[in-house]
Amino acid sequence: MTTYIRYELARVLRNRRFVVLSLGFPLALYYLIAGPNRNEADLGGSGISAPLYLMVGLAAFGTMNAVISGGARIAFDRSLGWTRQLRLTPLSPRSYLATKLLVAYLTALMTIAVLAVAGTTLGVRLSAQSWAEMVALLLVGLLPFAALGIVLGHVLTVDSLGPAVGGLTALLSILGGVWFPIDNGFLHAVAQGLPSYWLVQASHVASGGRPWGALGWFVTITWTIVLGALAAWAYRRDTQRV
Amino acid sequence: MGIHAPAVSLQGIEKTFRSPEGPVHAVRGVDVTIEPGEVVALLGPNGAGKSTTIDVLLGLTKTDAGSVALLGRPPAGAIKEGLIGAMLQIGSLPRDLTVREIVTVIGSLYREPVDVDDVLEQVGITRLAERRTQKLSGGETQRVRFAIAIVTNPELLVLDEPTAAMDVEGRHAFWTTMREFAARGKTVLFATHYLEEADAYADRAVLMARGRVVVDGPTTEIKAMVGLRTIRATLPGADLAALARLPGVSSADGRGEAIVLRCTDSDAAVRALLQAYPDARDLEITGAGFEEAFMELTRGEDRGEAA
Repeated sequence: MTTYIRYELARVLRNRRFVVLSLGFPLALYYLIAGPNRNEADLGGSGISAPLYLMVGLAAFGTMNAVISGGARIAFDRSLGWTRQLRLTPLSPRSYLATKLLVAYLTALMTIAVLAVAGTTLGVRLSAQSWAEMVALLLVGLLPFAALGIVLGHVLTVDSLGPAVGGLTALLSILGGVWFPIDNGFLHAVAQGLPSYWLVQASHVASGGRPWGALGWFVTITWTIVLGALAAWAYRRDTQRV
Repeated sequence: MGIHAPAVSLQGIEKTFRSPEGPVHAVRGVDVTIEPGEVVALLGPNGAGKSTTIDVLLGLTKTDAGSVALLGRPPAGAIKEGLIGAMLQIGSLPRDLTVREIVTVIGSLYREPVDVDDVLEQVGITRLAERRTQKLSGGETQRVRFAIAIVTNPELLVLDEPTAAMDVEGRHAFWTTMREFAARGKTVLFATHYLEEADAYADRAVLMARGRVVVDGPTTEIKAMVGLRTIRATLPGADLAALARLPGVSSADGRGEAIVLRCTDSDAAVRALLQAYPDARDLEITGAGFEEAFMELTRGEDRGEAA
């Protein structure tokens, strides 16, 4: 099992597209946007410095991307007939999914680590406790996205995967407030119903934000249950057919 | 689950698929029992139901009726215990891993895998060990997939059209390895549409056509039942009816001066032909393609006992 997990991770890390999209892209965006604004101490009246605001926002964006892609990569295995081949081994389908999720979460942690280093170079200083709180809450906030990835991995083809995952993360990150704060009006009302909003809120714990209230937990858990059920359905439908 | 459980037991297997043109009866009542240590070819033209039968056998497809047991267990149980190695007809390898890594990772899922270097050696892909899977040719990929099937050290090896994308060198290495594997007392079931492969490498052939088992017996028996060889010759003014009555000939066709004799015993037929028609020339003897042999068999079936 450890060998299997190790090589699953190797597959991902050797994939240039992963390295570029999940690690390079957030990093480049960070320096592009936060670099010129490194001395902005009060971004949009939020009381938070630009490098810190963007670092935690991109952590939310990058990990969302990493975790959705992690599940969506099942589509590659399906298109190759590799899931069928694995079903002829003692590896249980449950372990297969669990490994995909584990690797997805590990790549999310890598994204956070890369951004943490980048933030430090732009003068961001956070206590260990702030980091721990942020990472812990991010891991919970990522659950709906992990389930979403598994759904996409079963219903999409390899060709539609890139645009679908890219478009979806872009939309979810804008509405979640990755790029600019969404804190009033109609958009705010909509955003509060989205898991990405709470993911961004989770990341903002590190920049002095409050941990989720009841609404945050409710929205995140509800999405996890709904998408988890969809993932289970998509998975069963797929295994019955192949 | 007794000691004498057959390696494969298929009883009354039926499978119908829905399609826009109406239901497709892919398998209609297949019974096959394979004892441990047998090497059996599942033979038949494309569309005979071989792949569906194999999918049902491996538990990848649910059967509509009938029962499946592998080594006395349901397919999922046998797979979980690591008793089955399989190579499906369609399939590729995940990219970004080397050949050695991908064989290793599959082996790691089994309790008693074979040594990876030995497997690579056996399959003749040692020189590819460090190559990434996306840089392999079609034939090389097939050989790696075969390595994946045998690194598991299975009791039962199931191969669906294993040589389909292989080059000549690959085929040769493949069948040599398969025989070595079988010589250790393991059971092998392979699907093929080449009669020659069944003849050369299996003890027994199960011939399928249109979802049913047409013949099940030693490959020599099947060879005897079909016009295995064809004699072509140039013979002016040939009497086809008389040619068909020659010893060893099962049927005769002709167009102009060219004649075609389908033979159950081509040696006897050639002697008789040259004796009766010394001016026959341009003789050419070929092994019948499977389609041809298959036509012969089903034609015999249609005629029934009258023939």
